[in-house]
Amino acid sequence: MSEADPAPIQDLSAGKRVGLLATCLIDTFRPNAGFAAVRLLEQAGYTVEVPVQGCCGQPNFNGGDEQGARQMAVQIMQTFAEFDYVVVPSCSCAAMIRVHYPELFPDDAAAAAKAAALAEKTWELTSFLVDVAQVNGVDAALDATVVLHDSCSGLRELGIREQPRALLGRVSGLQQKELANPDVCCGFGGTFCVKYPDISARMAGKKMADIKAVGPCDVVVSTDLGCLMHLGGSLHREGSGLRVLHIAEVLAGMADGEESD
Amino acid sequence: MHVERDFVSLSGKALHDESLGEALDTVASVMPIIRSQALTQLEDFAAARERAREVRDEALNRLDHYLELFEQNVQAMGGHVHWASDDHEACSIVAQLCEEADAKLVTKSKSMVTEEIELAAALEQRGLEVVETDLGEYIIQLRGEKPSHILAPALHVTIPQVIDSFNEHHKINRDRPLEDTDQLLAEARAVLREKFMKADVGITGANFLIAETGGVVVVTNEGNADLTASLPDTHIVVTGIEKVVPTMDDAGLMLRLLARSAIGQRLSNYTSFFHGPRRASDTAGPGAFHVVLVDNGRSNMLGSELQDMLRCIRCSACINHCPVYTAIGGHAYGSVYPGPMGAVLTPGLADLDSARHLPNASTFCGRCEEVCPVAIPIPKLLRHWRKQEFSRHLRPRSERFGLGAWAWINTRPSLYQFVQRVAASILRRLSAQRSDGRWVSQLPGPGAGWTRHRDLQAPAARSFQKQWRERNSGGNT
Repeated sequence: MSEADPAPIQDLSAGKRVGLLATCLIDTFRPNAGFAAVRLLEQAGYTVEVPVQGCCGQPNFNGGDEQGARQMAVQIMQTFAEFDYVVVPSCSCAAMIRVHYPELFPDDAAAAAKAAALAEKTWELTSFLVDVAQVNGVDAALDATVVLHDSCSGLRELGIREQPRALLGRVSGLQQKELANPDVCCGFGGTFCVKYPDISARMAGKKMADIKAVGPCDVVVSTDLGCLMHLGGSLHREGSGLRVLHIAEVLAGMADGEESD
Repeated sequence: MHVERDFVSLSGKALHDESLGEALDTVASVMPIIRSQALTQLEDFAAARERAREVRDEALNRLDHYLELFEQNVQAMGGHVHWASDDHEACSIVAQLCEEADAKLVTKSKSMVTEEIELAAALEQRGLEVVETDLGEYIIQLRGEKPSHILAPALHVTIPQVIDSFNEHHKINRDRPLEDTDQLLAEARAVLREKFMKADVGITGANFLIAETGGVVVVTNEGNADLTASLPDTHIVVTGIEKVVPTMDDAGLMLRLLARSAIGQRLSNYTSFFHGPRRASDTAGPGAFHVVLVDNGRSNMLGSELQDMLRCIRCSACINHCPVYTAIGGHAYGSVYPGPMGAVLTPGLADLDSARHLPNASTFCGRCEEVCPVAIPIPKLLRHWRKQEFSRHLRPRSERFGLGAWAWINTRPSLYQFVQRVAASILRRLSAQRSDGRWVSQLPGPGAGWTRHRDLQAPAARSFQKQWRERNSGGNT
């Protein structure tokens, strides 16, 4: 069902190796989204590898532990040095590398250069597919009404707004609806949601009200699993039947989790 | 500067306040729309913002020069400039000036710096009658409260509460009981008008100080600052040292951004430029004109990463767009400066220890920086404070230990794999306590914050990385 023109894609991707930084949350809670990301990258013609990896350091960076974040960044820089591209199925983790790694080494020119090099070749998944691979079709169908929950890091640190919408628009049978306040945070915020759970829950409540206000809807989709676990867990707690899916799962035609266990 | 330390219980209380929640929902739904509509009238907001950032940076980079120039120009017009290093000195200077004016009644227009230094209380302690003349400030003065928003100080107060306050404090025989806002406005206007006429000293803040002219710019929507400044024989301006801009043109640029960012207006209803005391040719105006320039911690921020915060023009766009502020309101922050700007400023003006929650009460969504008319990198500055808290051991030991352990584990990726497996298996065991086996509804320790309001999806039986390597190396991991 794809209308993609494969010619330019293969030129762009020929022989290029992508290192997938799966993220701790996908690694632990949603392996299916990781396999979906691999499928999308392979469909675009890239060779995908998943080196043994840990966390990018974002919790430490945002928690004020800059030394810890620096050590973790060095580890990730080493792990992914050899790839042509690093693709991350999460805006906030991608922004950590693209935006914040280069700020971490003001007193170490060699490390700063490595960080800048990694930043330059690191992309969030949907942005990579649209902006680098120039994918203009996807091989997926989902007979559902979907709202996209934007990632704040995506909107404001990476300029990701249209890319996921464009790709979702290519999914056969999928109808997109827009939230009234798509640029408002859902209240996840990494460790914020456990440090200030009551405030976080109020913010989730407002986001859920926004979701309900779009009318009949089947699925909440996002580029970031953190937001989805927060919203999905809140929806489940109140007995909602709404599903939450990572955008890779939808775009790869793996919304029903056939690759996961 | 005074800070209430108990952010968690104050925010919890705020979350249960339904009328506050309604007021905040209105802020969250209305303010972003009117701001963005007003900004579309500007030819090029991005360019204006960049220019405004440059103007503020120029002023701050040569602050001594511009403040001295401002002082010379005020003096040349017959006014006086006073320098206050902290809140006590500022209050003493103002009290002294009031005494010299033989004042009994002082009117005030709204000024966040005077809230910061608690000027009204200091003057009242010295026996002066102090009347706030901004309607919102007047209401919270009657209620004995602090502002909950830097522009709309009485945002948290309901109409019935205002009626109660007026009934309690206004000794007026009315034709009919107070019921609607028109009546309230008329009554407040009548009460305040009398104070305006009788006041011996008028105290205003300043939105901008213009170095090249010695001018003081004050904007209001109620015109109360003009009556405060013009009717008494002494006008005292109390403001922060960072408010100076080099030129009149610069002030024009800042004003174009201020009202649009603040309340979606092209200009505030009243924008006044005060230049010194009454001149011989003037028929009215104050005989004495004083400007009290307050440091109170600001100069410590100069020359550091925090200097960017001193660009702030107090428009409140970051507050109105903050999803945390619009969930809990201003009082929860325990500071007269709430929201994102307050979370950066308060630890700088007070101390980090008593304001330690504020830089953490942010999801780093970045909307504050996006809407800031002078491009203050607020998330970066919040992170600056978090770094200080971490290195100065102001965070809970469990958090320090947790982050330290997380860094240690993740610099050893195979150890991460092991820890991940153990954690996932514990979570799966917890999820097995539920019939569907796919969700965890009660977590211990730090996870309890998650499950207080949310369920947690159970982890996969095998991690993505493990499954990947099984597939790609014939199951040999």
